[in-house]
Amino acid sequence: MITVTVNGRPIQFHDDPEMPLLWYLRDELGLLGTKFGCGKALCGACTIHLDGTAVRSCQTPVSAAANRHVTTIEGLSAAGDHPLQIAWRESNVPQCGYCQSGQIMQAASLLATTPHPNDADIDAAMAGNICRCGTYGRIKSAIKKAAGQGGAS
Amino acid sequence: MSLTNVSRRHLLAGLGAGSFVLAAGLPIARGAEEIKYGAAGMPGGAVANPLIFIALAPDGEVSIFCHRSEMGQGVRTSLPMVVADEMEADWRRVRVRQAPADESRFGNQNTDGSRSMRHFFEPMRQCGAAMRMMLESAAAAQWKVPLTEVAAADHGVLHRPSGRRLDFGGLARAASALPPPAPAALVLKNPRTFRYIGKDTMPLTDGLAISTGATRYGIDATLPGMHFAVIARPPVYGGKLTHVETAACLKVPGVLKVVTIPGTPVPSEFLPLGGVAVIARNSWAAIKGRDALVPTWEHGPNAGYDSIAYRAELERTAGQSGEIVRNLGDVDKAMAGAAQRLVADYYIPHLAQAPMEPPAALVHIKDGKVEAWACVQAPQAARERLATALGVAVKDVTLHVTLLGGGFGRKSKPDYVVEAGLLSKAMGGAPVKLFWTREDDLRHGYYHTVSVEHLEAGLDGQGRPVAWLHRSVAPSINATFGPDPMRESPDELGMGVTNQALDIANIRWETGEAAAHVRVGWFRSVSNIPHAFAIQSFIGELAAAAKRDAKDYLLEVIGPPRLINPKDQNDEANYGEDPAIYSIDTARLRRVAETAAKGAGWGRTLPKGHGLGIAAHYSFVTYVAAVIEVEVTERGEVIVHKVDMAVDCGPQINPERIRSQMEGAALMGISLATLGEISFKGGQAQQDNFDTYQVTRMDAAPRAIEVHLLPGDFATPLGGVGEPGMPPVAAALTNAIFAASGKRIRALPIKDQLRV
Repeated sequence: MITVTVNGRPIQFHDDPEMPLLWYLRDELGLLGTKFGCGKALCGACTIHLDGTAVRSCQTPVSAAANRHVTTIEGLSAAGDHPLQIAWRESNVPQCGYCQSGQIMQAASLLATTPHPNDADIDAAMAGNICRCGTYGRIKSAIKKAAGQGGAS
Repeated sequence: MSLTNVSRRHLLAGLGAGSFVLAAGLPIARGAEEIKYGAAGMPGGAVANPLIFIALAPDGEVSIFCHRSEMGQGVRTSLPMVVADEMEADWRRVRVRQAPADESRFGNQNTDGSRSMRHFFEPMRQCGAAMRMMLESAAAAQWKVPLTEVAAADHGVLHRPSGRRLDFGGLARAASALPPPAPAALVLKNPRTFRYIGKDTMPLTDGLAISTGATRYGIDATLPGMHFAVIARPPVYGGKLTHVETAACLKVPGVLKVVTIPGTPVPSEFLPLGGVAVIARNSWAAIKGRDALVPTWEHGPNAGYDSIAYRAELERTAGQSGEIVRNLGDVDKAMAGAAQRLVADYYIPHLAQAPMEPPAALVHIKDGKVEAWACVQAPQAARERLATALGVAVKDVTLHVTLLGGGFGRKSKPDYVVEAGLLSKAMGGAPVKLFWTREDDLRHGYYHTVSVEHLEAGLDGQGRPVAWLHRSVAPSINATFGPDPMRESPDELGMGVTNQALDIANIRWETGEAAAHVRVGWFRSVSNIPHAFAIQSFIGELAAAAKRDAKDYLLEVIGPPRLINPKDQNDEANYGEDPAIYSIDTARLRRVAETAAKGAGWGRTLPKGHGLGIAAHYSFVTYVAAVIEVEVTERGEVIVHKVDMAVDCGPQINPERIRSQMEGAALMGISLATLGEISFKGGQAQQDNFDTYQVTRMDAAPRAIEVHLLPGDFATPLGGVGEPGMPPVAAALTNAIFAASGKRIRALPIKDQLRV
């Protein structure tokens, strides 16, 4: 048996410990904000936080989260008011929106370690997150906006 | 593109044009001999009934149904916003609801062809106006005052003489019980009084849900007791399962059942490829179970499909005379007399749409009724295929349209919905969610065609083009739906070949034979991608040969401002629009080219290694030009500094979403030009995830994208937005690379030739 704390709530896991967190979160816990895009840690749609750091949940087995804290997009803020979530809405960042949970979780991890990232910092942190609709420019400006740098779109 | 529309149009071609009045926007009974255009030419037509699209609640909440699929183009914001504006509703009190698949009720729902706004702007205005008038009538009746004394404003109705006001909520019941006014009695708002339409300030309907992870896509559909399934499909199109070892699969904890699905013979249309399905308690068990299957396949007639050999075959065909599809003047004579002659072949490989959400659907069956949730662009087509596959009447299938995590044409083909239906049936009707992995998406797609465009031109002593030959060789989408026509259809040629505005006296357009060996399908802007790439690249090559400025030369080749009737170009397709209303206006094409060039500072002195490239293209009855500034470093590295996109789509209903579509098109165009390729060997796709099928990531994205919206008034017919941004991008990029480095790219992707 494995204990994982998901969005602040300790949960007992009894299934295959090799099951990727992605499928545990989605299929067993009903936390559907974390998305499946590639299954190979190539696209970032499934990005969550493990003890506050962005990881790809599709390549992170539940066993790796034992006694650790998992945060999903649903748990990023109490009322959808994380500065990034606000900036995302103000900039109308999304198109289809599918990758955006992962983008926001990745960006939140970046801002936690680099509160005032420059373009190169953002490129380096975000290059693992694919957006097929092509919202990168708006993502970048929303990250800057959330970091308090203005950030024109 | 709608297949139904295409075949019906072909059937009726040549039987005379109808005189449909676009402004009416409603299906009008007419003789069978007449061709219908616009929304009326689509299955289901347009519906403008306020009682279908609007529901008023006593608390004042206004529900507006969006009947088109949301896949990132913003339709769940833009269409309901039109209704809200016309009915004087407060957007903050509007709830957008997604219509289920039902074209008999909502009108056409096939969300492709960049048609949603241009076909439904007027009907949605009419819905809103009708409901506004019903609310006003209800208020006047309640107050017992003349109708002329009341007016709707700001989510209520005001009695002007007395200053009394009733909220829409208080009028909900009475207004909803009134008959909608006759279309002729409708009074539409003066565009000058629009509150949301044409403004640049609309928040996204789903913005909050997206930013908090609360959105639900097809892959998120959930029912209690639901099973999860993936399918192992034949690796080659037209292949069959001959045997499968299931013992190891069935030992995987969580696997419930293995089911064989019969395939669909070529051409497989919108129906499943067949294979072996693994149904499990969760997604992980399904995937692991599938990995443990040992299937044996008979690969069938496409087993020899090899992209390297096929390209050589296309090039051979392109080098020989083809079938003439249109001719102007005498190309051979003009070529013979030309001072300079140029020849070039342009190649674009197969591409995959690769929406971030792979195809997925949830189906369950109970008491002969089927209920489905799916991310589909063509809800009605999905519903009908599902009904047929499960042997029930269409009316017994309820299909809920979820959000689409990207579509780009892939989700116009609902094969995955049918798969889910067959699996639910195999489980006795239990709910089954079928999803595709990324590997499934890239190995078993409906791929963009593969093409060689052969261009020849003769220039006179001043470098002006006097002769032009375009031979287009590509397998047709129609091969996915019927006997392989072995060459492009008129509809495909109408995407930038025969309807190209060229001010050249002698032109010949030809096609060459090309057989389809995969499911060829629509990909955002479709055949415009190869056609615009070749034509706009070749114009760039001619400008260089003539030692002329590329922008000036492009404008000269477009020629002076004039209106061209698509019919005079042998183009019966014209994106389904009436040629009498939608003529090609070269002044507008010139203007977008000039605007994009100005935005990029065309003509300025550029830093070392930088170059500007330009391309302009008409598609989906919209005009778009792109100018791209690139840097090619001494190491051969390509850096895209800026993209300037100029678009003239007529009136701009939601400018903010037009801008976002152009930004996205610039990105997707660069992605396919620099990285995009699906290749085949032994009939099997060689790419299976984002490591081998690469797409542009943030670090290689343009440093800046600037979108220039050309002003369009409401007297101009509406153009498309979702697709027309794509076609000019690849050529603008390769023209810029040429300007920067002298290197001419004629085959995509660029990654094979430069560092991207």
